[in-house]
Amino acid sequence: MDVTSAKMIGAGLAAIGVGLAALGVGNVFGSFLEGALRNPGAADGQQGRLFIGFAAAELLGLIAFVIAILILFVVK
Amino acid sequence: MAAEGSGIDPMHQFLVEPVLGRHLVLHGYDISFTNSALFMVITAAVLWIFMLGGMQRKLVPGRWQAAVEGMTGFVADMMNTNIGPKGKAFTPYVFSLFMFILFANLIGLFPLGIVPGWHPFTVTSHITVTAVLAFVSFGIVLLVGFAKHGLHFFSLFVPHGTPWYIAIIVTPIELMSFLVRPFSLGLRLFVAMTAGHILLDVFASFVVQGLNSGSAMGGTVSVLSFIMIIGVSALELLVSAIQAYVFALLTSLYLNDAINLH
Repeated sequence: MDVTSAKMIGAGLAAIGVGLAALGVGNVFGSFLEGALRNPGAADGQQGRLFIGFAAAELLGLIAFVIAILILFVVK
Repeated sequence: MAAEGSGIDPMHQFLVEPVLGRHLVLHGYDISFTNSALFMVITAAVLWIFMLGGMQRKLVPGRWQAAVEGMTGFVADMMNTNIGPKGKAFTPYVFSLFMFILFANLIGLFPLGIVPGWHPFTVTSHITVTAVLAFVSFGIVLLVGFAKHGLHFFSLFVPHGTPWYIAIIVTPIELMSFLVRPFSLGLRLFVAMTAGHILLDVFASFVVQGLNSGSAMGGTVSVLSFIMIIGVSALELLVSAIQAYVFALLTSLYLNDAINLH
Protein backbone atom coordinates (compact mmCIF):
# COMPACT_ATOMS: atom_id res chain seq x y z
CA MET A 1 0.00 0.00 0.00
CA ASP A 2 1.42 3.39 -0.88
CA VAL A 3 1.54 6.26 1.60
CA THR A 4 -1.28 8.33 0.04
CA SER A 5 -3.88 5.59 0.29
CA ALA A 6 -2.72 4.73 3.80
CA LYS A 7 -3.23 8.40 4.73
CA MET A 8 -6.73 8.40 3.27
CA ILE A 9 -7.65 5.26 5.22
CA GLY A 10 -6.16 6.73 8.38
CA ALA A 11 -8.14 9.95 7.97
CA GLY A 12 -11.31 7.91 7.43
CA LEU A 13 -10.63 5.92 10.59
CA ALA A 14 -10.03 9.15 12.52
CA ALA A 15 -13.41 10.42 11.34
CA ILE A 16 -15.12 7.58 13.26
CA GLY A 17 -14.34 9.56 16.41
CA VAL A 18 -16.50 12.43 15.17
CA GLY A 19 -19.49 10.10 14.94
CA LEU A 20 -18.83 8.76 18.41
CA ALA A 21 -18.73 12.32 19.78
CA ALA A 22 -22.14 12.82 18.16
CA LEU A 23 -23.41 9.97 20.35
CA GLY A 24 -21.92 11.74 23.37
CA VAL A 25 -23.48 15.10 22.56
CA GLY A 26 -26.83 13.45 21.90
CA ASN A 27 -26.57 11.66 25.22
CA VAL A 28 -25.86 14.95 27.04
CA PHE A 29 -28.90 16.70 25.62
CA GLY A 30 -31.09 13.60 25.82
CA SER A 31 -30.34 13.03 29.48
CA PHE A 32 -30.86 16.71 30.21
CA LEU A 33 -34.25 16.66 28.53
CA GLU A 34 -35.21 13.51 30.40
CA GLY A 35 -34.37 15.13 33.71
CA ALA A 36 -35.85 18.48 32.74
CA LEU A 37 -39.22 16.96 31.85
CA ARG A 38 -39.39 15.29 35.23
CA ASN A 39 -38.60 18.47 37.10
CA PRO A 40 -39.08 21.50 34.83
CA GLY A 41 -38.63 23.91 37.74
CA ALA A 42 -35.01 22.93 38.24
CA ALA A 43 -34.14 22.84 34.53
CA ASP A 44 -33.33 26.52 33.99
CA GLY A 45 -30.72 26.57 36.74
CA GLN A 46 -28.81 23.68 35.18
CA GLN A 47 -28.34 25.20 31.73
CA GLY A 48 -24.72 26.16 32.45
CA ARG A 49 -23.88 22.57 33.39
CA LEU A 50 -25.67 21.34 30.27
CA PHE A 51 -23.36 23.40 28.11
CA ILE A 52 -20.25 22.37 30.06
CA GLY A 53 -21.12 18.74 29.35
CA PHE A 54 -21.86 19.61 25.75
CA ALA A 55 -18.51 21.41 25.40
CA ALA A 56 -16.56 18.52 26.92
CA ALA A 57 -18.24 15.89 24.72
CA GLU A 58 -17.96 18.02 21.61
CA LEU A 59 -14.28 18.79 22.13
CA LEU A 60 -13.30 15.12 21.72
CA GLY A 61 -15.11 14.95 18.39
CA LEU A 62 -13.44 18.14 17.25
CA ILE A 63 -10.06 16.71 18.22
CA ALA A 64 -10.82 13.63 16.08
CA PHE A 65 -11.60 16.03 13.22
CA VAL A 66 -8.30 17.85 13.77
CA ILE A 67 -6.44 14.51 13.69
CA ALA A 68 -8.12 13.64 10.38
CA ILE A 69 -7.16 17.04 8.92
CA LEU A 70 -3.60 16.69 10.21
CA ILE A 71 -3.27 13.25 8.63
CA LEU A 72 -4.63 14.51 5.31
CA PHE A 73 -2.82 17.83 4.98
CA VAL A 74 0.18 17.92 7.29
CA VAL A 75 1.65 14.41 7.56
CA LYS A 76 4.15 13.91 4.77
CA MET B 1 -5.58 17.62 -1.79
CA ALA B 2 -9.10 16.48 -0.98
CA ALA B 3 -10.23 16.36 -4.60
CA GLU B 4 -7.63 17.19 -7.21
CA GLY B 5 -8.94 17.82 -10.66
CA SER B 6 -12.60 18.15 -9.67
CA GLY B 7 -12.14 21.78 -8.67
CA ILE B 8 -13.23 21.61 -5.02
CA ASP B 9 -10.81 23.50 -2.82
CA PRO B 10 -12.59 24.02 0.49
CA MET B 11 -9.44 25.33 2.17
CA HIS B 12 -9.05 28.33 -0.13
CA GLN B 13 -11.58 30.37 1.87
CA PHE B 14 -9.23 30.35 4.88
CA LEU B 15 -6.34 31.91 2.97
CA VAL B 16 -4.97 35.03 4.67
CA GLU B 17 -3.89 37.49 1.99
CA PRO B 18 -3.22 41.23 1.77
CA VAL B 19 -6.31 43.28 0.95
CA LEU B 20 -4.54 45.49 -1.59
CA GLY B 21 -2.92 42.56 -3.37
CA ARG B 22 0.71 43.23 -2.54
CA HIS B 23 2.76 42.28 0.47
CA LEU B 24 4.34 44.91 2.67
CA VAL B 25 7.51 43.47 4.10
CA LEU B 26 9.47 45.20 6.86
CA HIS B 27 12.73 43.65 8.05
CA GLY B 28 11.65 40.21 6.94
CA TYR B 29 8.20 40.40 8.55
CA ASP B 30 5.05 40.62 6.48
CA ILE B 31 3.08 43.53 7.96
CA SER B 32 0.55 44.03 5.14
CA PHE B 33 -3.09 44.73 6.01
CA THR B 34 -4.73 41.33 5.44
CA ASN B 35 -8.34 40.27 4.99
CA SER B 36 -8.14 38.80 8.50
CA ALA B 37 -7.27 42.21 9.93
CA LEU B 38 -9.94 43.86 7.77
CA PHE B 39 -12.66 41.56 9.10
CA MET B 40 -11.50 42.07 12.67
CA VAL B 41 -11.85 45.83 12.12
CA ILE B 42 -15.30 45.31 10.57
CA THR B 43 -16.33 43.15 13.53
CA ALA B 44 -15.14 45.75 16.02
CA ALA B 45 -16.86 48.55 14.07
CA VAL B 46 -20.20 46.68 13.86
CA LEU B 47 -19.97 45.87 17.55
CA TRP B 48 -19.21 49.52 18.33
CA ILE B 49 -22.22 50.73 16.31
CA PHE B 50 -24.43 48.10 17.95
CA MET B 51 -23.41 49.18 21.43
CA LEU B 52 -23.56 52.88 20.61
CA GLY B 53 -27.13 52.57 19.39
CA GLY B 54 -28.11 50.78 22.57
CA MET B 55 -26.56 53.02 25.21
CA GLN B 56 -29.35 55.57 25.39
CA ARG B 57 -30.41 55.32 29.03
CA LYS B 58 -34.08 55.69 28.15
CA LEU B 59 -36.42 54.68 30.91
CA VAL B 60 -38.62 52.75 28.48
CA PRO B 61 -36.13 51.06 26.13
CA GLY B 62 -36.74 50.95 22.40
CA ARG B 63 -36.06 47.84 20.35
CA TRP B 64 -32.35 48.52 19.90
CA GLN B 65 -31.74 49.38 23.53
CA ALA B 66 -33.72 46.32 24.59
CA ALA B 67 -31.49 44.13 22.39
CA VAL B 68 -28.29 45.54 23.92
CA GLU B 69 -29.71 45.31 27.43
CA GLY B 70 -30.71 41.72 26.75
CA MET B 71 -27.11 40.91 25.84
CA THR B 72 -25.56 42.68 28.82
CA GLY B 73 -28.15 41.19 31.14
CA PHE B 74 -27.48 37.71 29.79
CA VAL B 75 -23.73 37.94 30.43
CA ALA B 76 -24.15 39.62 33.81
CA ASP B 77 -26.56 36.86 34.81
CA MET B 78 -24.13 34.16 33.73
CA MET B 79 -21.29 35.78 35.70
CA ASN B 80 -23.50 36.09 38.76
CA THR B 81 -24.59 32.44 38.77
CA ASN B 82 -21.09 31.09 38.06
CA ILE B 83 -18.90 33.34 40.20
CA GLY B 84 -21.17 35.27 42.53
CA PRO B 85 -20.96 38.97 43.42
CA LYS B 86 -17.14 38.96 43.14
CA GLY B 87 -17.47 38.24 39.44
CA LYS B 88 -18.94 41.63 38.68
CA ALA B 89 -15.49 43.14 38.07
CA PHE B 90 -14.89 40.70 35.20
CA THR B 91 -18.25 41.11 33.49
CA PRO B 92 -16.97 43.76 31.01
CA TYR B 93 -14.15 41.47 29.88
CA VAL B 94 -16.35 38.41 29.41
CA PHE B 95 -18.99 40.54 27.70
CA SER B 96 -16.45 41.93 25.20
CA LEU B 97 -15.17 38.41 24.58
CA PHE B 98 -18.65 37.01 24.03
CA MET B 99 -19.79 39.81 21.73
CA PHE B 100 -16.59 39.86 19.67
CA ILE B 101 -16.69 36.10 19.07
CA LEU B 102 -20.43 36.17 18.35
CA PHE B 103 -20.14 39.03 15.86
CA ALA B 104 -17.03 37.56 14.21
CA ASN B 105 -18.81 34.22 13.75
CA LEU B 106 -21.96 35.83 12.36
CA ILE B 107 -20.09 38.20 10.02
CA GLY B 108 -18.14 35.19 8.75
CA LEU B 109 -21.44 33.59 7.74
CA PHE B 110 -22.71 36.78 6.09
CA PRO B 111 -23.23 36.19 2.33
CA LEU B 112 -20.67 38.80 1.27
CA GLY B 113 -19.62 36.63 -1.68
CA ILE B 114 -22.53 37.95 -3.78
CA VAL B 115 -20.74 41.31 -3.97
CA PRO B 116 -18.21 40.94 -6.81
CA GLY B 117 -14.62 40.93 -5.66
CA TRP B 118 -15.49 40.33 -2.00
CA HIS B 119 -14.77 37.17 -0.09
CA PRO B 120 -16.24 36.61 3.35
CA PHE B 121 -13.64 35.66 5.92
CA THR B 122 -14.26 34.18 9.34
CA VAL B 123 -11.79 35.63 11.81
CA THR B 124 -12.47 32.89 14.36
CA SER B 125 -11.65 30.10 11.90
CA HIS B 126 -7.96 30.74 12.53
CA ILE B 127 -6.25 29.28 15.56
CA THR B 128 -3.94 32.28 15.77
CA VAL B 129 -6.95 34.46 16.64
CA THR B 130 -8.81 32.05 18.92
CA ALA B 131 -5.63 30.96 20.71
CA VAL B 132 -4.78 34.59 21.52
CA LEU B 133 -8.28 35.09 22.95
CA ALA B 134 -7.90 31.87 24.97
CA PHE B 135 -4.44 32.83 26.23
CA VAL B 136 -5.70 36.25 27.32
CA SER B 137 -8.43 34.51 29.32
CA PHE B 138 -5.93 32.06 30.80
CA GLY B 139 -3.51 34.89 31.59
CA ILE B 140 -6.20 36.78 33.45
CA VAL B 141 -7.04 33.62 35.41
CA LEU B 142 -3.37 33.19 36.39
CA LEU B 143 -2.92 36.87 37.29
CA VAL B 144 -6.09 37.02 39.37
CA GLY B 145 -5.38 33.68 41.03
CA PHE B 146 -1.83 34.54 42.09
CA ALA B 147 -2.70 38.13 43.03
CA LYS B 148 -5.63 37.05 45.19
CA HIS B 149 -4.30 33.89 46.81
CA GLY B 150 -0.53 34.00 46.32
CA LEU B 151 1.08 30.57 46.40
CA HIS B 152 -2.10 29.25 48.00
CA PHE B 153 -3.47 29.22 44.44
CA PHE B 154 -1.73 25.85 43.95
CA SER B 155 -4.25 24.28 46.33
CA LEU B 156 -6.52 24.34 43.27
CA PHE B 157 -4.78 21.15 42.17
CA VAL B 158 -5.62 19.24 45.34
CA PRO B 159 -9.37 18.79 45.69
CA HIS B 160 -10.66 19.45 49.18
CA GLY B 161 -10.46 16.51 51.58
CA THR B 162 -8.41 14.19 49.37
CA PRO B 163 -6.40 11.52 51.24
CA TRP B 164 -2.67 11.81 50.53
CA TYR B 165 -2.38 8.54 48.61
CA ILE B 166 -5.09 9.65 46.20
CA ALA B 167 -3.69 13.19 46.05
CA ILE B 168 -0.47 11.78 44.59
CA ILE B 169 -2.44 10.52 41.61
CA VAL B 170 -5.02 13.30 41.37
CA THR B 171 -2.68 16.30 41.58
CA PRO B 172 -0.80 15.62 38.31
CA ILE B 173 -4.10 14.96 36.54
CA GLU B 174 -5.57 18.22 37.86
CA LEU B 175 -2.39 20.07 36.83
CA MET B 176 -2.58 18.64 33.32
CA SER B 177 -6.26 19.47 32.94
CA PHE B 178 -5.51 23.01 34.13
CA LEU B 179 -2.64 23.48 31.69
CA VAL B 180 -4.62 22.08 28.73
CA ARG B 181 -7.45 24.61 29.26
CA PRO B 182 -6.21 27.43 27.00
CA PHE B 183 -5.52 24.98 24.16
CA SER B 184 -8.88 23.26 24.38
CA LEU B 185 -10.62 26.65 24.66
CA GLY B 186 -8.99 28.01 21.51
CA LEU B 187 -9.14 24.73 19.60
CA ARG B 188 -12.87 24.24 20.17
CA LEU B 189 -13.89 27.55 18.63
CA PHE B 190 -11.41 27.31 15.76
CA VAL B 191 -12.36 23.76 14.75
CA ALA B 192 -16.10 24.29 15.09
CA MET B 193 -15.99 27.29 12.74
CA THR B 194 -13.54 25.69 10.30
CA ALA B 195 -15.52 22.45 10.04
CA GLY B 196 -18.79 24.28 9.39
CA HIS B 197 -17.29 26.46 6.67
CA ILE B 198 -15.65 23.48 4.93
CA LEU B 199 -19.03 21.72 4.95
CA LEU B 200 -20.80 24.75 3.45
CA ASP B 201 -18.09 25.14 0.80
CA VAL B 202 -18.24 21.47 -0.22
CA PHE B 203 -22.03 21.53 -0.62
CA ALA B 204 -21.83 24.83 -2.52
CA SER B 205 -19.38 23.24 -4.97
CA PHE B 206 -21.81 20.32 -5.39
CA VAL B 207 -24.54 22.78 -6.42
CA VAL B 208 -22.33 24.44 -9.05
CA GLN B 209 -20.87 21.21 -10.40
CA GLY B 210 -24.26 19.51 -10.52
CA LEU B 211 -25.68 22.37 -12.60
CA ASN B 212 -22.65 22.41 -14.87
CA SER B 213 -22.88 18.69 -15.61
CA GLY B 214 -26.20 19.28 -17.38
CA SER B 215 -27.60 15.82 -16.69
CA ALA B 216 -30.78 15.04 -14.75
CA MET B 217 -28.70 13.29 -12.09
CA GLY B 218 -26.53 16.40 -11.68
CA GLY B 219 -29.62 18.57 -11.36
CA THR B 220 -31.02 16.34 -8.63
CA VAL B 221 -27.76 16.42 -6.70
CA SER B 222 -27.68 20.19 -7.13
CA VAL B 223 -31.19 20.71 -5.72
CA LEU B 224 -30.59 18.33 -2.82
CA SER B 225 -27.29 20.04 -1.99
CA PHE B 226 -28.97 23.43 -2.06
CA ILE B 227 -31.61 22.25 0.44
CA MET B 228 -28.78 20.87 2.54
CA ILE B 229 -26.97 24.24 2.44
CA ILE B 230 -30.06 25.96 3.86
CA GLY B 231 -30.16 23.45 6.70
CA VAL B 232 -26.45 23.62 7.40
CA SER B 233 -26.56 27.44 7.35
CA ALA B 234 -29.25 27.40 10.03
CA LEU B 235 -27.17 24.93 12.04
CA GLU B 236 -24.12 27.16 11.62
CA LEU B 237 -26.02 30.17 12.98
CA LEU B 238 -26.85 28.07 16.03
CA VAL B 239 -23.24 26.85 16.33
CA SER B 240 -21.97 30.46 16.10
CA ALA B 241 -24.07 31.46 19.07
CA ILE B 242 -23.37 28.27 21.06
CA GLN B 243 -19.61 28.49 20.54
CA ALA B 244 -19.53 32.14 21.64
CA TYR B 245 -21.61 31.19 24.68
CA VAL B 246 -19.42 28.18 25.52
CA PHE B 247 -16.26 30.31 25.25
CA ALA B 248 -17.70 32.92 27.62
CA LEU B 249 -19.11 30.25 29.95
CA LEU B 250 -15.81 28.37 30.25
CA THR B 251 -13.93 31.64 30.79
CA SER B 252 -16.29 32.49 33.63
CA LEU B 253 -15.83 29.01 35.15
CA TYR B 254 -12.05 29.30 35.01
CA LEU B 255 -12.30 32.77 36.57
CA ASN B 256 -14.46 31.22 39.29
CA ASP B 257 -11.63 28.76 40.05
CA ALA B 258 -9.19 31.65 40.33
CA ILE B 259 -11.45 33.85 42.48
CA ASN B 260 -13.09 31.34 44.81
CA LEU B 261 -10.62 28.41 44.60
CA HIS B 262 -12.64 25.28 45.35
